[in-house]
Amino acid sequence: MATPSKPGIRWHIVVFLAPAVLVYTAVMIYPLFNTLRLSFFSEIDQERVWVGLDNFRTLFGNTIWSDQFWNALGNNTWFFIIHMLVQNPIGVALAAILSSPRLRFAALYRSAIFIPTILSFVIVGFAWKLILSPIWGIAPGMLDAIGLKFLYQPWLGKEEYALTTLALVSVWQYVGIPMMLIYAALLSIPDEILEAGECDGITGLSAFWKIKLPLILPSIGIISILTFVGNFNAFDLIYAAQGALAGPDFSTDILGTFMYRTFFGFQLQLGDPHMGSAIASAMFVIILIGVCLYLFGIQRRLRNYQF
Amino acid sequence: MTKARSSLSTKTTMHAVLIVYTIIALFPVFVILINSFKSRRAIFRDPLGLPNEETFSLIGYQTVLKQGDFFLYFQNSMIVTVVSLALILLFGAMAAFALAEYRFKGNTLMGLYLALGIMIPIRIGTVAILEMMVSTGLVNTLTALILVYTAQGLPLAVFILSEFMKGVSDDLKNAGRIDGLSEYKIFFRLVLPLVRPAMATVAVFNMIPIWNDLWFPLILAPAEEVKTLTLGSQVFIGQFVTDWNAVLSALSMAILPVMILYVIFSRQLIRGITSGAVK
Repeated sequence: MATPSKPGIRWHIVVFLAPAVLVYTAVMIYPLFNTLRLSFFSEIDQERVWVGLDNFRTLFGNTIWSDQFWNALGNNTWFFIIHMLVQNPIGVALAAILSSPRLRFAALYRSAIFIPTILSFVIVGFAWKLILSPIWGIAPGMLDAIGLKFLYQPWLGKEEYALTTLALVSVWQYVGIPMMLIYAALLSIPDEILEAGECDGITGLSAFWKIKLPLILPSIGIISILTFVGNFNAFDLIYAAQGALAGPDFSTDILGTFMYRTFFGFQLQLGDPHMGSAIASAMFVIILIGVCLYLFGIQRRLRNYQF
Repeated sequence: MTKARSSLSTKTTMHAVLIVYTIIALFPVFVILINSFKSRRAIFRDPLGLPNEETFSLIGYQTVLKQGDFFLYFQNSMIVTVVSLALILLFGAMAAFALAEYRFKGNTLMGLYLALGIMIPIRIGTVAILEMMVSTGLVNTLTALILVYTAQGLPLAVFILSEFMKGVSDDLKNAGRIDGLSEYKIFFRLVLPLVRPAMATVAVFNMIPIWNDLWFPLILAPAEEVKTLTLGSQVFIGQFVTDWNAVLSALSMAILPVMILYVIFSRQLIRGITSGAVK
């Protein structure tokens, strides 16, 4: 080991660790647990009182709250499913094409396809809102040009389409991330393995399905859990496109917007930090379950290949 | 012969797919940009046409510059992003060095503790963060945002940087020790310059989410003089919904700085992702 162990405290270690640990503990870990703690309190006569599990009883037992919660959770799950079914397969497909050897302009395509990912949700939300708007008419005009005008609907304004449309907008924005990560994983597959496959007559598409795909499964696992965490704490896109009320008629409400509305209040409802904390705690548990399922269920089963 | 032809057609299909997807990716940005330079009538009459002499107009930009304090917002975003990045890099590198270099009691535990934040989003703690900022009087200051983003960025920074620092040769550090350098000098003079590529990767990863964040500016610093560009454009667009020229110009002005950053750093960003730093 580099430093001979001396008796006493090696102060330089403390100095090196202190700033990061202090900021991280004070601004991230402590508030996180404090939020969990606050969910057991309520404000009665302007005083903070311990109410035990009452907030959760309200959240799950009172139909006004529980309907909203299950609606938000259901919408959030659908949001996640769309990402898994659309974003990740497209990302993998694009990465597979980009990683094929001697493809010209690969860097150019890669940079261009990644551009939406760097834009903020505010820009993306408004840009798509304008494009899909029936007033402006870009979307209906383009459908008209290919003879499909009858397909046009004011997607963001209709309850049955709004959530799916927003999920697809989010997919459009974030497809760059799975694309890049899978691309990196595909590049790290050694040529010898592919050449060995070629000797056995496995080339082209079958090489992808039989050799490459199994080898990039760990990366797909990482992308899935990143998508999960990202989706279950999403907020910005819905807020930018549909506002805090997540219209039409809460059909695009997800946990992030639900928590924001509860915490800050909107229109006539007053903000309630304690109910907000209760929702945050529920989100924490959901994310924790997802992460644990991944760490103990999926990741351990995937064999990591070391080259 | 047939093999050559089939590979040619595969190549063509590949390019076709990529071109189609590139168009899908760039089309909305393109539409926003070209229409921001057109007069109101032209925006509606011919949304896909390029601005020409007849339809060219800067009216939207004039409204934006008159009504919104975009330079102030830009400056706020810049301060928050740059200071947060500097703190993430400095504190992150120091902690990463301690974890990678020294064997001490609780080393693994400390590493795990710092890694917790990679998976658990800081937004969950918003209620308590706001309460803390209110009680310390930091609400509506850029400091509040800087603290939050620093805390948010540290876990991944420590993780990536300590992986890199394990790769720095022991001989070099021991040579420094024999020459009588203190541990601090070894860190700042010998190790830091060697992990510069990894630091750049961390910086680029953190830059875009900080610049684009809407949640914390909205909650911790909504006051006019501390609005970031993202929040500023969100509020501005909300107020001017019916003024299409202004909305399109505001969107374009919000796109511009990120695009410039991207053009400068895209090689670094893509190299960072593809080098497997986040695996």
